Amino acid sequence: MNKKLLEVKNLKTSFYTHLGEVQAVRGISFELEEGGVLGIVGESGSGKSVTSLSIMRLIDSPGVIKEGEIIFDGVDLTKLKKSEIADYRGNEISMIFQDPMTSLNPVYKIKNQMIEVIKRHTDMTTAEALERAIDLLKQVGIPDPVAQINDYPHQFSGGMRQRALIATAISCNPRLLIADEPTTALDVTIQAQILELLKQLQKDTGMSIILITHDLGVIAEVSTNVIVMYGGLIMEKGTVQDIFYNPQHPYTKGLHKSIPKPHAKNDERLIPIKGSPPDLMNPPSGCPFSSRCDFAMEVCLTDAAPGYKISDSQSSACWLHDAESPVVEGFKKSKEVL
Amino acid sequence: MDDNRVPLLEVINLKKHFDKSTGLFSKKKKILTAVDGINFHIYKGETFGLVGESGCGKSTTGRTIVKLYEPTDGQILFDGVDLATISAKNMFPYRRKIQMIFQDPYASLNGRMTVTDIIAEGIDTHNIFAGHENPKQAKQEKIYELLESVGLKREHASRYPHEFSGGQRQRIGIARALAVDPDLIICDEPISALDVSIQAQVVNMLQDFQKEKGLTYLFIAHDLSMVKHISDRIGVMYLGHMMEVSSSDDLYATPLHPYTKALLSSIPVPDPDSDIKGSRIVLQGDVRSPINPKPGCRFASRCRYAFTEVTSSDGSFNDSLVGKFAFEKIVDPNSGDLIILQGIEITALVAEKLTNAKFESVKITRERCFNETPELVEIKEEHYAACHFIKEINNLK
Repeated sequence: MNKKLLEVKNLKTSFYTHLGEVQAVRGISFELEEGGVLGIVGESGSGKSVTSLSIMRLIDSPGVIKEGEIIFDGVDLTKLKKSEIADYRGNEISMIFQDPMTSLNPVYKIKNQMIEVIKRHTDMTTAEALERAIDLLKQVGIPDPVAQINDYPHQFSGGMRQRALIATAISCNPRLLIADEPTTALDVTIQAQILELLKQLQKDTGMSIILITHDLGVIAEVSTNVIVMYGGLIMEKGTVQDIFYNPQHPYTKGLHKSIPKPHAKNDERLIPIKGSPPDLMNPPSGCPFSSRCDFAMEVCLTDAAPGYKISDSQSSACWLHDAESPVVEGFKKSKEVL
Repeated sequence: MDDNRVPLLEVINLKKHFDKSTGLFSKKKKILTAVDGINFHIYKGETFGLVGESGCGKSTTGRTIVKLYEPTDGQILFDGVDLATISAKNMFPYRRKIQMIFQDPYASLNGRMTVTDIIAEGIDTHNIFAGHENPKQAKQEKIYELLESVGLKREHASRYPHEFSGGQRQRIGIARALAVDPDLIICDEPISALDVSIQAQVVNMLQDFQKEKGLTYLFIAHDLSMVKHISDRIGVMYLGHMMEVSSSDDLYATPLHPYTKALLSSIPVPDPDSDIKGSRIVLQGDVRSPINPKPGCRFASRCRYAFTEVTSSDGSFNDSLVGKFAFEKIVDPNSGDLIILQGIEITALVAEKLTNAKFESVKITRERCFNETPELVEIKEEHYAACHFIKEINNLK
């Protein structure tokens, strides 16, 4: 096993709005090893984006990281001062976002935006930074980068913008790239190009990636490990094979059944998950999924389940794994709680 | 499915162009050809899926059929009546028969109207309960019935849209469409804005209503796996043209058009060990601009079949290449200098450079792909495709 690069312990992030406290992330723990690709999958409001913003320390008022540690390469990022964290952003941890247009400044040329980032983090001169920027654009597959680096963002297509952002994000050789729904705004043929690019860059540079998405297909394409989030908590985590071939949590199982299988016959009916996601203003005291779960027991309504260890790589937060729960087919019993 | 199916909707050579010229004195007109002569038909009681990337004209097609846009050319035959030329007054009864469900459940419901008002609007406009003993009560009963059938409660009737989640709003949108008992519903990306776990709820509901009421759907979406799941037949659009039309099973099992092949192979598969990844066709480049498009196949610049290779036995290209067009950018492998850009005509000077650089073969464009727009023709039963070289590509006779 490779060295641990990132360890998140019992992270809680809340937003204090005028309507009350929104508990976006309610105590999650996970780790990421060097060179790994961690997929975080979840619906809107599951806390997946807030998790990534917390790692980058980009949570702004009224949001607060209430509790927990984010240990990156031995340093707890939650304890750093604002000036100290700025040295991590871009250098060590970089981020790309869903909408490539709003992440680029429309009144500056691509060139200026890339050079600005490179010069902020290195000692390069403008000429050197320009050369580096052109190199990067070539690396991410922008045709004719020498000419196109002089373009403004609106002259780029959506796919090219996302490529330019990826080039900027990797310009200072970060060890962790956080990609928050990087392909959601793109067409499927462009999405295939970008995912291919991310995989290639990961292979070439050895950086780790956290990929946040709601699309199980994208997760399966790129990730080595997966976290399934729901209602601000981690429902299940494991290797990509665990999550796709041996899902243990009722929510993960439900997700798989509610999407059409690529080779299924047309008349096969989808099995939706009933109900809708919980309100994080008043999160349920028990398991956030209990109101939609077919197997919900009394304990589920009052207490959230701990993560039961299913195997060395997989754990699932469901009371059904407990030895005292009734035996249900498809749910393994576990003696160990993480 | 029975053999003597009747088309409910027939779209013939439909065009919708937008004038994008800017400025009073601009000489050249900029015409955005959103939909540029497409043909398809939808049988009664079936679901016809319309897929394609953003900007391909699928939503414009849907909106033109309900005449939210005035068509530039072509016919829209609904039950035999051409809606394209009909007057607004005569169109009125058809607005009841054709309803629409929109993508954004937040923008498509008026935030100042209660759920009752939203659903009742169509009923009132079309005077559905005219002549009824107690029209007011009948209307209220109908609204309750609709709400319950889309999985909402009676007490929701007096609430406002902001009190509902995205999935619930989409249910209100569906109830509104069903309120006037339509024959055809145009579903414009009805599930794209919804969470994965909610999408299946809405799709199942749409399928149930279809069975129950014999509805016909035009289902517009970019999520190809969901379109396959819900549709009986599918049309694939690219830059305003229809590339392929076929039954959904046939399309996914044996796609014929190079674009459909690439599109289907770029769907991310929710199966980490799937063997599809190895054979994936990753398309190069982006979709071209639909403003003043060049003649020829709209997909040609990204198509991996739109070229032939000219080989030279003696290392000389002087005669064989002059006047042809380069399929891709060519760079001198020795000096790194650019010899020619993509799509530019090869001159004698360029041919000489190619000869000097000792190329063994050069890719040039297939002229037909770039000069002549392919027609949508029936390749096999009920399976249409628009490509000049469809037979060569698929080894068909």
